[in-house]
Amino acid sequence: MKYLDEFRDPKLAKKIVAAIRNTVTRPWVIMEICGGQTHSIIKNGIDQVLPKEIELVHGPGCPVCVTPLEIIDKAIEIASRPEVIFTSFGDMLRVPGSRKDLFMVKSEGGDVRTVYSPLEAVKIARENPDREVVFFAVGFETTAPGNALAIHQAAQEGLTNFSELVSHVLVPPAMEALLSAPDNRVQGYLAAGHVCTVMGWEEYEPIAKKYKVPIVPTGFEPVDILEGILLVVKQLEEGRYEVENQYLRSVKREGNRPAQKLIKEIFEVTNRKWRGIGEIPSSGLKIRDKYADYDAEHKFDVGDIQTNEAEICISGIILQGLKKPKECPAFGKECSPSHPLGATMVSSEGACAAYFKYQRLQ
Amino acid sequence: MTRPEINFPESLSCPVPIMHHETIQLAHGAGGKLSAELIEKIFLPRFANEQLNKLEDQAILDNPGKRLAFTTDTFVVDPIFFPGGDIGELAINGTVNDLAMSGAEPLYLSVGFILEEGLPIATLHRIAVSMERAAGKAGVAIVTGDTKVVNKGSCDKLFINTSGIGVLPDDVHISAGNLQVGDRIILSGTIADHGMAVLTSREGLSFRSRVSSDTAALNQLVRKMLDTTTDIHALRDPTRGGVATTLNEFARQSKVGIRIYGDRIPVRPEVQGACEVLGIDPLYVANEGKLIAVVPETHAADVLTAMHTDPLGEKAVIIGEVVGDHPGTVAIKTGLGVSRVLDMPVGEQLPRIC
Amino acid sequence: MCLGIPGKVVKIFDENGLKMGHVDYGGTMNKACLEYVPEIKVGQYTVVHAGFGISIIDEEEAQKTYEVWEEFVDAAAREGVDIYGNPLKKDESE
Repeated sequence: MKYLDEFRDPKLAKKIVAAIRNTVTRPWVIMEICGGQTHSIIKNGIDQVLPKEIELVHGPGCPVCVTPLEIIDKAIEIASRPEVIFTSFGDMLRVPGSRKDLFMVKSEGGDVRTVYSPLEAVKIARENPDREVVFFAVGFETTAPGNALAIHQAAQEGLTNFSELVSHVLVPPAMEALLSAPDNRVQGYLAAGHVCTVMGWEEYEPIAKKYKVPIVPTGFEPVDILEGILLVVKQLEEGRYEVENQYLRSVKREGNRPAQKLIKEIFEVTNRKWRGIGEIPSSGLKIRDKYADYDAEHKFDVGDIQTNEAEICISGIILQGLKKPKECPAFGKECSPSHPLGATMVSSEGACAAYFKYQRLQ
Repeated sequence: MTRPEINFPESLSCPVPIMHHETIQLAHGAGGKLSAELIEKIFLPRFANEQLNKLEDQAILDNPGKRLAFTTDTFVVDPIFFPGGDIGELAINGTVNDLAMSGAEPLYLSVGFILEEGLPIATLHRIAVSMERAAGKAGVAIVTGDTKVVNKGSCDKLFINTSGIGVLPDDVHISAGNLQVGDRIILSGTIADHGMAVLTSREGLSFRSRVSSDTAALNQLVRKMLDTTTDIHALRDPTRGGVATTLNEFARQSKVGIRIYGDRIPVRPEVQGACEVLGIDPLYVANEGKLIAVVPETHAADVLTAMHTDPLGEKAVIIGEVVGDHPGTVAIKTGLGVSRVLDMPVGEQLPRIC
Repeated sequence: MCLGIPGKVVKIFDENGLKMGHVDYGGTMNKACLEYVPEIKVGQYTVVHAGFGISIIDEEEAQKTYEVWEEFVDAAAREGVDIYGNPLKKDESE
């Protein structure tokens, strides 16, 4: 496929690896923010071809992983109601809440449906006027434009039976939270290419300056990721800390203006709790009061469900890049993709699941 | 051995027989007049053969005096019609293939239908026609059958169970536990066609897909392979769980390591496209007309050549080998030249956005 | 996060007042909402995430990235070592 195959070319990738080798002189810790990049790194074995000086740590950029337990529990409560058709991206169905997951709700008779686009959920609402259709709106800045448009469209059409259970999170505040932690090890970032496609990269400039870290918006194919690493390493070696765009074919400095406009129209910035990390100020989006009729939390009054994580799970520490999945005593034992204790093992792009699925040979 | 008599349809257009009802009624499964009408008008004209025509409660078969292979499988696909096939064709080919993977020559099938009340007779007829064609193509006879009707909502349109009997040549000993270090792993063609054809035709994903299922009976391909050498160590059709699952089963049962080369595995561009969009790894997606063969290195080239003469094996390739390292584990070599573990999948492959 | 796949827009149409398109991914076609890429034309490529086009692929930039590395003379190879620093065998020095 055009624009994929070229950026998977092993010959090209190997040339970049050689360039990285020629550039690096000291140890560096680089974090890839995005779970999609983690997935690609482990799947293609990129971590295995890098010089030993470079340590990749895996960031919190997996919406499935950071969606707090109580939101999952709220989703489960709403989805269990007989009048509700609960719609979700496939990713969220297996994520365990405190007692069950959405798959179990389905097996108990709940009407839980997988959709590929939030507009499919709007269509279901249009076709089922006597049912309440709820869409589980999780994700980062990339998914926000679609979820915003779904609400906008429902409002345009006057659909009163559509709402979203929103758990939107924002990347830059999480990056700052990690950098300002006392035990931070991250020296450079690969920023998430598709988040930057929507938001642009202006908002990363103050972070790069304040914390003296190179930030490189990076794509998802092996050639992209290796080139992103090369750009970060070059800056680190030269003592520079700038925002430098690797993913030129998709990311523009100003991002996608029409998308940003509609996000602002529907959502406003709020404090959000991140699973495993805790509350980060101004790190999420919620539906504006103007559109409260489309807010499932408001509509269904699911109130304050409070829940606690499994004690043995260290997914919070893993999401902050402080430990690798294999350093967890439960990894591969009590905790595996079939019996996940934490979200990093559930999501296919969670660091633990990626490590489990694409293990290195012993 | 003599092959059972097969009636090929005279013409490709098979008009729906005129019946008392246009949809399935509970009485169609109650054993009375409507049951008889269903058998006489829908099933017998399609599946006719000497044994079935007797309408006894059992088929009486000659004992060919050899080892028999016997298998059963139940089919519950949604949607029941998908690009490249339907549940009926799948039910025939699936059981034929399970027999063929032992090296047996498939001969007789039984068919059990569970029908949902209200199913259009025309739908059932269309499926019966496609089962007739699939059985004809594979050279097997449907010699006994059963029909039950359940209340609306108790099953999704229709479920089909097929069981099959085949006869094994004396010198064939194929088993997932037979892999030897040095053996070559052969894949008969492109992967993930069936699973992606079904997934992309599901409602709610808005695909306008050109992906077509690969459902096919593999017994003739297997015969060509066995004509080359009977020294085939293992054969399996990578259905649910895909190629990755079959290779892991081989490695575990034979307590050997398997190494495959990611870039040798053929995937059609449109299938790859659908996999990319839904975030699904083709190595974990079901196939219904492909096989993986494990053969000694000395026979690998000959078996491959024989496979290339069959339309179902035209694109057969050697994708890897059996190794002494990492017993029980499958390793895949990536484009970057490094190896990683290729594990069993966990649960159903779900479309993802992350 | 955020699986985004480049596909070619082959048809643009209106559905419920929204700009929609058929997007081709190597032969498989899927519907995508093109409201966020209002200036896109048939034949252009867009990165699609969860059913929404989020950018128009800059073909020039894509080509540039590719060409830079395509033409990159492997410094390591010139020195007669592979990317791991091991001496090159003849057949590897392409």
